[in-house]
Amino acid sequence: MTRFVVLIAYGSSEWDGASAETRDYYFRAHDAFSAYVAEHGTEHSSGALADPGAATTVRRAGRARDGDVVVTIGPFAETTEQVGGYYDVELPDLDHAITAASLLPAAYSVEIRPTITIT
Amino acid sequence: MRQEWGRLVALLLSQFRRLDLVEDALGDAVEAASRTWPADGTPDNPAGWLMTAAKRRVLDRLRTEGVAQRKLPMLLTDAEHREEGARTMADSGSLVEDDVLRLVLMCAHPALAPEAAGALSLRLVLGVPTADIARLFLVPEPTMAARITRAKKRIVGAGIPFAVPDAAVLPDRLDIVAQTTYLAFTAGYAPGTGPDLLRADLSGEAIRLARVVLGLRPDEPALVALLALMLLQHSRRDARVRDGRLVLLADQDRGRWHHDEIAEGTRLLVGPVLAGPVTPLTASYALQARIAAEHATAPTADDTRWDRIVGLYDLLLQVSPSPAARLARAVAVAEDRGTAAGLAALEGLEIPSSHRPAAVRAELLARSGDTDAARAAYDQAIAACGNDVEREFLERQRETLG
Repeated sequence: MTRFVVLIAYGSSEWDGASAETRDYYFRAHDAFSAYVAEHGTEHSSGALADPGAATTVRRAGRARDGDVVVTIGPFAETTEQVGGYYDVELPDLDHAITAASLLPAAYSVEIRPTITIT
Repeated sequence: MRQEWGRLVALLLSQFRRLDLVEDALGDAVEAASRTWPADGTPDNPAGWLMTAAKRRVLDRLRTEGVAQRKLPMLLTDAEHREEGARTMADSGSLVEDDVLRLVLMCAHPALAPEAAGALSLRLVLGVPTADIARLFLVPEPTMAARITRAKKRIVGAGIPFAVPDAAVLPDRLDIVAQTTYLAFTAGYAPGTGPDLLRADLSGEAIRLARVVLGLRPDEPALVALLALMLLQHSRRDARVRDGRLVLLADQDRGRWHHDEIAEGTRLLVGPVLAGPVTPLTASYALQARIAAEHATAPTADDTRWDRIVGLYDLLLQVSPSPAARLARAVAVAEDRGTAAGLAALEGLEIPSSHRPAAVRAELLARSGDTDAARAAYDQAIAACGNDVEREFLERQRETLG
């Protein structure tokens, strides 16, 4: 078993104007994902993230340990695709994670990252 | 020894799950064998001897390893198989075969870059030396060694398993195995320079890889069609180069073709596995193989059934359209219906950074007697050609225009 974080990128504006039918498709896709994970492993947590406009980024000036804390408005990087949600799951391997990710809505780009133990 | 390589790698991986140690340990064992066997005699069970020697080396390495290394993630395997494997060990033949299939699927995983997957398959499944793989893919040996090491790290890091996937996914995964194999095969025919012009002997390793997989899944249509295609193309290797120069198909000495391979390839094409409906990938391999078979079975160049070849290209363009197939079809049309028809079929065809469309146009213009236009097309082709041997060939063709 490996702990994977499944990161979802999605244009958030698409959700706001979505029809009831579209929303239903999204809910069913997420249910299918969760059912598959429950069958083959464990879902530890999940979350939908607020719009990147609500993000706040905190850095130390010059990346120095004694640098001033600099707070900026917005996400890490301005890109067309932004992380919009995540799942934290435990599954046997990447093949299962790919199968699970392929159950999510078609408009998503999904990044699968194993977590590692820091020693 | 080479036939046993993949089985031994697979067995060692299922037991130790350490991709970083297993290959080195087996390499050391093979090296020890090459030192001691000539003097002491070959043991009764060579594979068993190698397995024991390799296991001892893995265990030695594990003992001397630091705590930090012991905490590194291990190769993931399908759990139920691990228990099964522990119960019966290596006694059951089919269990070992399953392990070889796991190895093949792991090496040709869609989450690896295709070239890395090809190189890794040749290294881990067949034990092809890294230096040979480097020559096949036209890169320096240290570059290839680093590429293989990176691929192994990625397998463990990304969570690619040593496992057979769900039956629903398996056909797609075997298609990727076929594509990986064909990539390794065609690498040997990508033009190089000097004596490495074709490196065709190394393409034979890809054929060996296909045979290993077919040994595990005998009725896999994509692999049957692919093996036929590779055999039919590979059968011409000895006639394709003379004195370091490319010899065109029409000018090749057909006596130097490998007729046993042609016979096997054509037999595979008419077998029951390819009789039913097949996937687009399989159809594309089978059609290319049938085109190669038309050439391979024509007694002389003049006897070539170009009408049938044009028909097969028409089908191929429906299944998997590509500029390269359109170009090849235009050549066939010129042979079948004359140069004017061939030139018409070339109309509007471009392949970015390739000299081939211009080279074909030049040849057809020369045949039609339009020397000035032919010379211009040759100039264009020569300017775009990045390979010394092919450029020389084009320059000689331009000279003969007078």
